[in-house]
Amino acid sequence: MSRIFSFHGGIHPPENKKQSLGANIRLAPIPAQLILPLQQHIGKAALPCVAIGERVLKGQKIAEANGRISSSLHAPSSGVITYIGPQPVPHASGLESDCIVIDTDGLDEWSTLSPIADYLSMNKMDLINHIRDLGIAGLGGAGFPTDVKLHLGDDHIINTLIINAAECEPYITADDALMRERSDEILAGIEIIAHLLKPSHILIGIEDNKPQAIKALDQALRASTLNIDICVVPTKYPSGGEKQLIQLLTGIEVPSGSIPADIGIVCQNVGTTAAIYRAVFKGEPLISRVVTLTGYALGHRQNYEVLIGTPFTTLLEAAEVNRTTLFRLVMGGPMMGIGVNDERIPVIKTTNCIIAATEDEMPPALPAQPCIRCGMCEQVCPASLLPQQLFWFAQGREFDKAKQHNLFDCIECGACAYVCPSNIPLVQHYRFAKSEIRTEEFEQQKASHARIRFEARQARLEREAAEKELRRKERAEAAAKQQAERKLAEATPKELNSDEEKAAQIKQLKTAASVARTKLKKANDALKNAREKGLEGIDKLETTILLLEQKANEAQQAWIDAGGEQS
Amino acid sequence: MMSSILIAVVVLLALASVFGIILGFAAVRFRVEGDPIVEQIDALLPQTQCGQCGYPGCKPYAQAIADGDSINKCPPGGQNTIDALADLLDLEAIPLDAEHGEEKPKTVAYIREDECIGCTKCIQACPVDAILGAAKQMHTVIVSECTGCDLCVEPCPVDCIDMIPLPVTPANWKWPAPVSDPSLILTDRGRGQLLQGASQ
Ligand code: SF4
Ligand code: SF4
Ligand code: SF4
Ligand code: SF4
Repeated sequence: MSRIFSFHGGIHPPENKKQSLGANIRLAPIPAQLILPLQQHIGKAALPCVAIGERVLKGQKIAEANGRISSSLHAPSSGVITYIGPQPVPHASGLESDCIVIDTDGLDEWSTLSPIADYLSMNKMDLINHIRDLGIAGLGGAGFPTDVKLHLGDDHIINTLIINAAECEPYITADDALMRERSDEILAGIEIIAHLLKPSHILIGIEDNKPQAIKALDQALRASTLNIDICVVPTKYPSGGEKQLIQLLTGIEVPSGSIPADIGIVCQNVGTTAAIYRAVFKGEPLISRVVTLTGYALGHRQNYEVLIGTPFTTLLEAAEVNRTTLFRLVMGGPMMGIGVNDERIPVIKTTNCIIAATEDEMPPALPAQPCIRCGMCEQVCPASLLPQQLFWFAQGREFDKAKQHNLFDCIECGACAYVCPSNIPLVQHYRFAKSEIRTEEFEQQKASHARIRFEARQARLEREAAEKELRRKERAEAAAKQQAERKLAEATPKELNSDEEKAAQIKQLKTAASVARTKLKKANDALKNAREKGLEGIDKLETTILLLEQKANEAQQAWIDAGGEQS
Repeated sequence: MMSSILIAVVVLLALASVFGIILGFAAVRFRVEGDPIVEQIDALLPQTQCGQCGYPGCKPYAQAIADGDSINKCPPGGQNTIDALADLLDLEAIPLDAEHGEEKPKTVAYIREDECIGCTKCIQACPVDAILGAAKQMHTVIVSECTGCDLCVEPCPVDCIDMIPLPVTPANWKWPAPVSDPSLILTDRGRGQLLQGASQ
């Protein structure tokens, strides 16, 4: 067994795990309606690829991954798609988001699956794509699409694979139960990941409060040829935090702002490894998971194998909830979970626990008192931050300073709020500050984008105006030039060198002279006509005739001068 | 004695002229183009280009601030922008000047497309080219580019442009600030009554 290191801080809250470990994993009933949010993970929401009214089979793909960081969705049971649109989803905001709703038919009819018989001889790329196609996402934390992590070997040197089996948060026993009952699946999953990433060590980090799981894993390991170490770590919250577990097992601290892969480490949750096993060996997409149903308002506190998309109501009823004592419903653990007001929300890929607590179990928070600067929060912070300082900055809206004090390294574990004697809701303050900073950054980005577009438009308008001006000038110049040329030509019949040009000019002049004469004649006729009929404007006509006469004579003269008479 | 003073003077003079030359060269070589403070101010303004500040855009207002105008004239930026400007310029953060408008929730323009007559007037008004369309064709707003500046609403001859508030989705939802009242003294009132509203 390898050496175990330690991390800063940590707390020992009451475990409350025994309640849900009395019985084996039980199959939860198929609900009448399955609700599948399109966004169950960080990254982009999936795109539906089915239509309303379509019948789908269990395991059939119903939404396609959209982009690199996204994962696809599959029908958890057979039925008919009845609705695609906003529904309440498991999110801290309590808002609605787009979901696909399936009315199940109870037949639970499988679609044809495509298991892989021999993954070792398969192209790695195809194997990862197979896993991606089946919608496998991290079952532990934020639901990060697993295939992205399996690609990390491409541009990072991965030497250590850590399997996170710590499950440090009170109440939750989903991974524990999985390890007790399906250790062989977990091991087979680890083998697949090891095949893809080729790490030199594989470490399973598990807390010492799970002796049965450790025994089961140990037994399964005997059959394996891989070099896998089970590292039993002392029970301390939050040893299951990714960076904390890495520090416990390797003694290396992941630098602020980097990911574990930057220091050659990849972490996977045990549940995810079992899902990978099912995807490869059985061809099953991620359509169900183990969820701990616990809390003293429930009659049956135990782990359930639940279809993704099952509404909380169905589960609570299956576990015989006592609604008179139910005081608070929490999704996730008591430290990092979120309160739920709407029971209709469904289980998603990252739902590991539902706590239906009585008032004695989770009494309402006491009102916050001023910070007394006792420093207890600093002593328990696993990220070595200064929680009281961060709280100060968040409360005073000095977000820049909070950021400089590494607010974004806070894993929101709640250890600081747990020990705070003044009952300050510290984590809420950090969440508030983080979302303010994120929004501000987003707005800054948007503003600079708008500036670029505005300046581009401004430049375009200027350019267009300049071009228009230039064209106008050019036209004016050309016109002026033409006029000048014409004048020049009229004033001085230029020296002509060739006979043809001369002849052409003479012809032109002759035409001009005859045109002038015709005009004169017409004017004379008009004058005569006017005189006879006694019309008005005779004097005007007379002046015109004088002008025309002059012009005709000039034209005649020009023609004669050019030598027209002789030809 | 005299000569050592002379040497000191000569050496100092030589040093002074050498540094003078280096500084003079640096002043030319590393000259900063434009006014950096205006750029910095401009970077804090929301770039809505709406003109509510009384200037024809954000950059001119940035220039005006640099020249001493007050920092509370930009309603789209609101208090956050004023605070940031106060921080940058080491001024006191003052509330928004109501004369120029008030801080409103973020909106985007929406063209009721079947009413649009394709006059292209809104396109000409939009400072960030966020409207797509052509003469006598239906026009539409590219939501991701729209800054919500309002400028396209007024020129539309058939009034088919609405400013609608951006919907709150789980993706852009913000955690609210926790309401904690530090002035509460726990023993002052009956616990049960006090705690009723405190559960979260
Ligand atoms: S534990 Fe609470 S009271 Fe003590 S320093 Fe931290 S925030 Fe302040
Ligand atoms: S919630 Fe954040 S600040 Fe508080 S102990 Fe955990 S990591 Fe530290
Ligand atoms: S009011 Fe603000 S957003 Fe509008 S133009 Fe002036 S500085 Fe820009
Ligand atoms: S579409 Fe209208 S509101 Fe949006 S940026 Fe353009 S002019 Fe402003």
